[in-house]
Amino acid sequence: MLIKEIKVGMASCGLAAGAKDVYNAFHDVLPETVKLTKTACIGFCYAEPMVETIDDEGVSRFYGYLSSKDAEAFAKHEPPQKKLIISQKEDAPGNKKLARQVRIATRNSGLIDPDKIEQYVARDGYRALKKVCTQMDRQTVIDEVKNSGLRGRGGAGFSTGLKWQFAKDAPGDKKYIICNADEGDPGAFMDRNLLESDPHAVLEGMAICAFSVGADEGYIYCRAEYPLAVRRLKKSIKDAEKRGFLGNHIYGSDFSLHLKLKEGAGAFVCGEETALIASIEGKRGMPRLRPPFPAQSGIWKKPTNNNNVETYANIAWIINHGADAYAAYGTEKSKGTKVFALAGKVKEPGLVEVPMGTTLREIIFDIGGGIKDDRSFKAVQLGGPSGGCVPEYLLDTSVDYDSIAKIGAIMGSGGMVVMDDTTCMINIASFFLNFTQNESCGKCTFCRIGTKRMLEILRRIQAGKGEMEDIETLHELSEQIINSSLCGLGKTAPNPVLSTLKYFKDEYLAHINEKKCPAGVCRDLVNFNIDPEACTGCTLCSRKCPVNAIEGVVKGPHKIDQDKCISCGACFEACKFDAVIRS
Amino acid sequence: MNNEILDVIKKYEGKRGSGIPILQDVQAIEGFISKDSIRYISEHTGIPSAELYGIVTFYSMFRLKPQGRHIIRVCKGTACHVSGADNIASMLNTLLKLPEGESTTEDGRFTLVEVACLGCCSLAPVIMVNEDTYGKVASDKLEKILDKYE
Repeated sequence: MLIKEIKVGMASCGLAAGAKDVYNAFHDVLPETVKLTKTACIGFCYAEPMVETIDDEGVSRFYGYLSSKDAEAFAKHEPPQKKLIISQKEDAPGNKKLARQVRIATRNSGLIDPDKIEQYVARDGYRALKKVCTQMDRQTVIDEVKNSGLRGRGGAGFSTGLKWQFAKDAPGDKKYIICNADEGDPGAFMDRNLLESDPHAVLEGMAICAFSVGADEGYIYCRAEYPLAVRRLKKSIKDAEKRGFLGNHIYGSDFSLHLKLKEGAGAFVCGEETALIASIEGKRGMPRLRPPFPAQSGIWKKPTNNNNVETYANIAWIINHGADAYAAYGTEKSKGTKVFALAGKVKEPGLVEVPMGTTLREIIFDIGGGIKDDRSFKAVQLGGPSGGCVPEYLLDTSVDYDSIAKIGAIMGSGGMVVMDDTTCMINIASFFLNFTQNESCGKCTFCRIGTKRMLEILRRIQAGKGEMEDIETLHELSEQIINSSLCGLGKTAPNPVLSTLKYFKDEYLAHINEKKCPAGVCRDLVNFNIDPEACTGCTLCSRKCPVNAIEGVVKGPHKIDQDKCISCGACFEACKFDAVIRS
Repeated sequence: MNNEILDVIKKYEGKRGSGIPILQDVQAIEGFISKDSIRYISEHTGIPSAELYGIVTFYSMFRLKPQGRHIIRVCKGTACHVSGADNIASMLNTLLKLPEGESTTEDGRFTLVEVACLGCCSLAPVIMVNEDTYGKVASDKLEKILDKYE
């Protein structure tokens, strides 16, 4: 085998894992016969840094867990077989994982250099836009999107085609479109990955949308926490303008579109569309009452269509392949595919795109490889702060908008954080409440103060000072917050508490009645000591202790200073000799 | 200093919704938003200073105090939370010897902030120093990371 080309994955996760060093090492040693290029992320984040090789027969192979030391082997055309992850020719551990996926939104991710527009064009890029501009009328495009069954991928799951219809039908000459790239759900990173790996797919989707609703101006509202995505978007907009895919008279038609990038300033509530519009207008991002919906009155009171990154990324594919091809995937009411961000205590975290209707178990165990360190599964958190925790007995639930809602979680943007038996569910509930309470804009009283009161109760339970009536109060407050909040943030803020109360009530009871944290997480309820007999004096615990509470000499027994100890459990996790005792 | 701010204001002259981008640019120049800058921007744009202050305190990216030369962001997203982000934050606090209630070291070298999610969940726990992201960080490896930043 002779390697002809090596592509290094250089999206945020790859870079964080050291892809830059790997790229530089390849650059130094590769012979001239091997072309070295960059790409972004194929979603196998656990194996980063990754590269793809193309050999003289055109066979593609992916190698993972690389370091700069591996470069020499590639230069000799003898890549380490142990690090082979995916191969088009021979068996590889990741082949099955990839085969289970249907990559529509992520069709180019990790395969092209996102900074090179010609590579996007070479893979059918902007062909759908050409078809739309030269052969289709506005209503036909909208009908196609309607028939595909595509629903908003940002979380709410509203029909995309219908939303476009409202914006198209709204009276007015001046209309706007928005791409919501303010991915704020902790635990979700599919939008970041799409923007970093295939920005033109999003731009093309936006252009098709603008054509059909009759907009000539659009905004991409992207979080400033994603500097690489921001840079790529800016470059991509410029490149698309140079080639005439954006700007005036696109494909010689009457249709013109000018896109601008707005960097978010850090406020979770700006993911809500009316808050996002306020933020684009330069104001505090406070949600307002709907109606009027943005389709009637959005940016500067003009009709505005707003979709999420992943929604737009699907559009060009739908136009190229037809609504039926898209609707062939999925369930009756949730068509197509969805990208999930798999993270937490799972062996192989990353991004996966699967048809709607795949079960949670298939995603976590078959694609994600099961639970890290072979511990036992406790829950999977779906939908971020607005979602809920799903217990083991519901793992065979089909992943679609309606089935997920039925079990008290939400599809949300597609974040899936897996938790094992070392996770305390009260701690998780309080983690999310802390988040929503911080991010509440303060407009609605119940959201502003109610979440604060709920958080205080949860903290009390965590400290072993909870009472049985607290559970009743949590239910009561939840109901009031849900009923009295204006926007999605408040309406869903109690979900993490309600779902843990529903599925993990025994943990609440253990904290309240027995003053015990079954997972050994809640700091006021656990105590750590070192067994001097078992301690070998390896010093690892002392190095891991974040507050320097462990003293002792090398090869001598160590001791925890209880006054300094914050019961974080770092020593317990670090000790290889079971010398740290948790009580 | 005011000249630079004036340039920023001129750049956005006549453009609607420029409150946030002006403040973002001013912060990029000065490192934070001072009371003087708010007053100055207000006088030259006509945006009431109360509105500017409202924006600054609403969005988490704006700072009312000077920051250190390097910004450390500790991710407190869900995946990082279940993977020990609290311990990473405690360790950083110990290493940086931050004065009570302060987020910037006395020598002005580092500012420590906690952020909701950096979107690198598959590499949890994650920290970011300036624009460099570090994944799968271990608490005993933090010192080595910090050493890279003077």
